[in-house]
Amino acid sequence: MLLEYLPIAVLLILALLLAGIVIALGHMFGPRHPTERKSMPYESGMRPIGPGTRRMPVHFYLVAVLFILFDIEVMFFLPWAVIYKKLGVFGLVEMLIFIAILGVGYVYVWKMGALEWE
Amino acid sequence: MVPIQYFIGLSAILFTIGILGVLIRRNAIIIFMSVELMLNSANLAFITFARMYQSLDGQVFVFFVMAVAAAEVAVGLALIVAIFRNKQSIDVDQINSLHG
Amino acid sequence: MSLNDLLVNLNLIMPITILTAWACVLLLVDLFIPKERKGITALLAALGLLVALALVISRAGVATSAFNGMIMIDGFATFMSVIFLFSGLAGIAVAYDYLIRSGIERGEYYVLLLFSIVGMMLMAAAADLIMVFLALELLSIPLYVLAGIAVPRPDSEEAALKYFLLGAFASGFFLYGTALVYGATGSTALTEIVSATTSGGVNLSFLVIGAGLILVGLGFKVAVVPFHMWTPDVYQGAPSSVTAFMAVGAKAAGFAALLRIFVLAFPPLAMDLTPVLWALAAFTMIIGNVIAIAQRNIKRMLAYSSIAHAGYIMMALVPYGQGNVAADTVASALFYLLAYMLTSFAAWAVVIALEHNMGEGRDTDGLSLEDYSGLGQKQPALAAAMTVAMLSFIGIPPTLGFVGKFYLLRTVIEGGFPGLALIGLLTSLVSAYYYLRVVVYMYMRDGEPVVRREPWLYFTALATAVGVVVLSIFSEPLFNWASQAVLKLI
Repeated sequence: MLLEYLPIAVLLILALLLAGIVIALGHMFGPRHPTERKSMPYESGMRPIGPGTRRMPVHFYLVAVLFILFDIEVMFFLPWAVIYKKLGVFGLVEMLIFIAILGVGYVYVWKMGALEWE
Repeated sequence: MVPIQYFIGLSAILFTIGILGVLIRRNAIIIFMSVELMLNSANLAFITFARMYQSLDGQVFVFFVMAVAAAEVAVGLALIVAIFRNKQSIDVDQINSLHG
Repeated sequence: MSLNDLLVNLNLIMPITILTAWACVLLLVDLFIPKERKGITALLAALGLLVALALVISRAGVATSAFNGMIMIDGFATFMSVIFLFSGLAGIAVAYDYLIRSGIERGEYYVLLLFSIVGMMLMAAAADLIMVFLALELLSIPLYVLAGIAVPRPDSEEAALKYFLLGAFASGFFLYGTALVYGATGSTALTEIVSATTSGGVNLSFLVIGAGLILVGLGFKVAVVPFHMWTPDVYQGAPSSVTAFMAVGAKAAGFAALLRIFVLAFPPLAMDLTPVLWALAAFTMIIGNVIAIAQRNIKRMLAYSSIAHAGYIMMALVPYGQGNVAADTVASALFYLLAYMLTSFAAWAVVIALEHNMGEGRDTDGLSLEDYSGLGQKQPALAAAMTVAMLSFIGIPPTLGFVGKFYLLRTVIEGGFPGLALIGLLTSLVSAYYYLRVVVYMYMRDGEPVVRREPWLYFTALATAVGVVVLSIFSEPLFNWASQAVLKLI
């Protein structure tokens, strides 16, 4: 029964081998002349300023959380959409109730000013 | 096909890792991630059993659990951010002003 | 299911439907109520609760199931709904002035309270483990927010974080237990779990482990030892009005779910689960009462007292598997929850009246035992209410607590666990020490207690205290009402 997975294992091993060989070849035979400019994050772009991990304004977090909430709730549309013909008006009404409740949350968030970018 | 036991075993292992994470780690975010791991291990178990019984119930439950988990994330992260702004730390060992 | 079925079902759970819609509307209406007039929100929320209460009572006696057996409307759900709605009303009454003087008044407080009550009512009516899970979250998530509503006060934040992390941890256990039960029986409906179990062919080890994990998850919610660690910190740190509501509502809802799940779905597992329940009840009563003795902070003391009372109610659950006692199990637990609700609110209202704020962003004061010195002379009414509450907590007549404990112990002895009943009796004696200490401070020490004169607080304290005494005289019909709330499969 594990035998069924043999092709996958072979593929994995081959892929790893090939990638390893290519990198090793390049490492062995390629010329290397590192300069300061070449080792910069953007080799031919702007100069990076300041540390890479800055503190983010907390507003990003607020928007992200709101996005997650509404994003996940939309997940319930999927099963409905799959069988909505079978459910007919009943499914539509149920969905409208669901959307109305989501709408309450949305209006609240809007009115509280969580969507303003100040 | 991979036998059902493997999936159940995996979900049990994930659940245990989640419990240990909650009990051992001290960073509030990591504790919270461990809790999420517990919920998702239950999701895996639900889907496995749903497949075993050839019924859709278990799969629908997972939708509900995911929605609930998202709501928990929103509340939990808000609390953690509020505490971090106050204390500059989210180490639960340092959040210990309450005692008898 | 057709559109008509949907309307029929929504009508069957009308109190819950109305309360949900009302909470949603109130959330929006509150946005247009000016900041200094949030009393309107409180009033509207109370109005919604009253309407729901009237609906629940007018439909008492109905026994049916709704939403494909996901929800059961029966005497049990009705009785518990009455408890929840009353605790909601009391929760608003104790909160109103307290929030204003603590500077944390927000309209969302009342809306979250309503959502939490919807969760509790669903929890008592849920007949499917997934429904229980959703109701559990619906009741818990607003409570996490309420516990932290006094941000940036550090103790409130800390309480909220602890409550949140441990509550989510508990949900994880509950959910995994549900998954295992589903795996063992192929269903999460309580009726089908029991029919699958009795017809055989289920994976018993999955079922027992699943039931155990569900017990752990709900054990966290009702705070039984050893899952009680969060309780003192959360009860102490959360704003007192939230604590009062949480101590009653969340605990009663947890027990409602425990009772329904165990009595309906798990009687075949009684052999395995009864010893576990026995140990949980015994340890909870002993540890809760013993540690409470050492507490000087009244909120922490009441927190340990609430743990101890979880143990007493747990005691009723021990003989749940014996068919002839199961009805008494449910009735005595329900009766005790009612007694606990009234007593608890009497005590907490007094605590809130004595608490005073030290200013913006600071912690609160007026919570140590010494602050109660001289209350008997200065505020005889409040001191009397507190005394009644303490006597009822101990279980001294003529209070509801006494009658409640009497029925509990009778159930336990009927079920054949005299040892457990003895532990219950002895721990009650121990508890007299720390409860009576409060009374001693109030009447036998001199002091200048700082007390608020706030009408709703007074009203709640006195009304619940009078209720504790008066209802104890008419306890017979009350217990009969609880007895009609027996759980059976519809």
